[in-house]
Amino acid sequence: MTTAAEAPEQESWFHRNQQRIAPWLFLAPGLLFFMVYVIIPVFQSFNLSLYEWDGLGAAEYVGFRNYEDLYWEWVDRDAFFISLKNNLIWLILYLAAIPAGLFIALFLNQTVWGIRLYKSLFFFPFVISQVVVGLVFTWFYDPTFGLLNEFLAFFGLGPLNVLGDERFVTYGIIVAGLWPQTAYCMILYLTGLNAVDPEQIEAGRLDGAKGWRMLWHIILPQLRPATFIAFVVTIIGALRSFDLISIMTQGGPFGSSRVLAYYMFEVALSEYGFRMGYGAAIAVILFLIMLCFIAYFLWSMYREERGH
Amino acid sequence: MNSIFKRTAAALAASVALAAPVAAELTGELRIFLDTSNPAPRATMEAMIDRFAAQHPGLEIETTVIDREAYKTQIRNFLTADTPDVATWYAANRMKPYVEAGLFEDVSDLWAEAEIGDNLASTKGAMTIDGKQWGVPYTYYQWGVYYRKDIFDELGLTEPTTWEEELANCQKIVDSGRACYTIGTKFLWTAGGWFDYLNMRTNGFDFHQQLANGEVSWEDGRVKQTFANWKQLIDMGAFIDNHQTYSWQEALPFMVNGEAAAYLMGNFAVAPLREAGLSDDQLDFYQFVSINPDVELAEDAPTDTFHIPSNASNKEAAREFLRFVVSPDEQTEINNGKNLGQLPVNAKSAVDDDKFLNQGFEMLSSNSPGGVAQFWDRDAPAEMAKVSMEGFQEFMVKPDNADRILAKLERARQRIYDN
Repeated sequence: MTTAAEAPEQESWFHRNQQRIAPWLFLAPGLLFFMVYVIIPVFQSFNLSLYEWDGLGAAEYVGFRNYEDLYWEWVDRDAFFISLKNNLIWLILYLAAIPAGLFIALFLNQTVWGIRLYKSLFFFPFVISQVVVGLVFTWFYDPTFGLLNEFLAFFGLGPLNVLGDERFVTYGIIVAGLWPQTAYCMILYLTGLNAVDPEQIEAGRLDGAKGWRMLWHIILPQLRPATFIAFVVTIIGALRSFDLISIMTQGGPFGSSRVLAYYMFEVALSEYGFRMGYGAAIAVILFLIMLCFIAYFLWSMYREERGH
Repeated sequence: MNSIFKRTAAALAASVALAAPVAAELTGELRIFLDTSNPAPRATMEAMIDRFAAQHPGLEIETTVIDREAYKTQIRNFLTADTPDVATWYAANRMKPYVEAGLFEDVSDLWAEAEIGDNLASTKGAMTIDGKQWGVPYTYYQWGVYYRKDIFDELGLTEPTTWEEELANCQKIVDSGRACYTIGTKFLWTAGGWFDYLNMRTNGFDFHQQLANGEVSWEDGRVKQTFANWKQLIDMGAFIDNHQTYSWQEALPFMVNGEAAAYLMGNFAVAPLREAGLSDDQLDFYQFVSINPDVELAEDAPTDTFHIPSNASNKEAAREFLRFVVSPDEQTEINNGKNLGQLPVNAKSAVDDDKFLNQGFEMLSSNSPGGVAQFWDRDAPAEMAKVSMEGFQEFMVKPDNADRILAKLERARQRIYDN
């Protein structure tokens, strides 16, 4: 604190401003990459969404026509409407990973012989690739030889073609997605539980708190940071759900399991796509939706910082 | 040391193989990009390139094989940057975006040579855009109905030729507890094959091409008739259940296990069916039945092609390679049953002595007076192909939605062909 004041007067500009420059120097590489790979592409996407371009020829400026087309797709209950609706279903149902992860974490937070093995088994789905998860569930749902229908037949139900029925397909994929996501939330809560203050629990006990009241009033408040991260990760995960859809259904049957991220890929980059401008317009919409959440997260983080 | 030895050995081998005289010595580097990533076609192509290399020892050939699906998107990148000298692709509308963007070399000069122009006349139309040719074909194959002869015999059925016979046959197959046709529409294009045939048989080749070019409304009465015919089959349970969940390969076991009697497919389905244990006594082929007696029969016969990118650096060698690929002997060799198992494009080549290739060749050369289509997703622009095939899939699951689906396709047509 005092070194700067005591420094002799004839010093170079760099030395005099070292304290102020150093943070920027350290930030520079990060900022540079963030600019090149995130900020600038955001503006480029917006710019591209005003053009019609097949990725090869000359781009033609069309103003807001791409957005107008999206609006008509919305009115007609077409692909864009379905994608947005599915995105909403994903957002809501994907959050189930948080309570599920919490309860598994509470269940595993004990010291019995071999608990490490059980923990790793529960964490296992998060370690394996999403592609594998997708394939496993595709076979599980298979209408002719899948385990699910064998199981349903045991109770005299089914057969059910989960991935071939436009009513069930999105839910089927979300269940597949919840498997690894729950494991992730579980790990977040397990680390959080390590930091729970035993004295507070002791104090709670003395005051007669047990079971649900103990969890709700004493444990959960202390798990707030873990809940926050789990929330952020799950929301973002739901919005960018892509790999499972690509592997399990390719957006089908007849486009009923699309979400915005997949629709964007389909329109702009898939075999029959290459409407770059239209894809960019979808990307912009997706970005605006994400921005709402990101703004909320940043705001609550800022509030947290000021509170301390 | 080892590599020097190898090179010497290769040079020796090449000079021994150099029996035929070569006009001009080709030098430099020739880079070839292939999408033939399946094991059998890959080996065929590599062997063919080795034979070409043996004729041109001065040429350094570098071959890159890219996964067939990935190739479809990568081609856009490598045509503009780091461009090869020769690349595979597909005929007709599928090459149009690259032709229009000036990324494919005009090779009309090759087609002006009698050796190519005369012998490849049958595929010239598919390679022509704006009166010029943009590449050469190297193989094509027929589509048609592959069926289980033993099941037909068991039920006392014969190969149908008319729509009435077709429906009667199918009814008997359904009554025996089987599906008439297996199909897997997860990746959509298989439904495009059914639409091709039903529409070409109901309304003819020319109408079909007009529809692909966006000149006719999807809500036209003639299109509705095609869908009405299709619905007859769907309503009687002709297709396997849950086809929207399967790829075309995953639909094969239904036919192998005898749960379905037939498959409308390209000739490439024969190899996996044989591998799965069906003998040639159990497996047979017939041409898709005629529906409207007033229209001439027309067939699907997709053509795979070689092109020279405009940015290629060794175009002279590339042209020589294209000449080599379409030469009668090479065509006979690479399309025989041990290799691609498809039809040669050169009229002077021999068709391999294979039951299905002979029937297909016969059908295409003498019983397809209406014309030869490439396939729905190659004849229609990519965007329209995508939307419409999704509509076909939905129709096959929910035939009662026909009017709503056609209205949606009509809206898409007005948007897509508008610009």
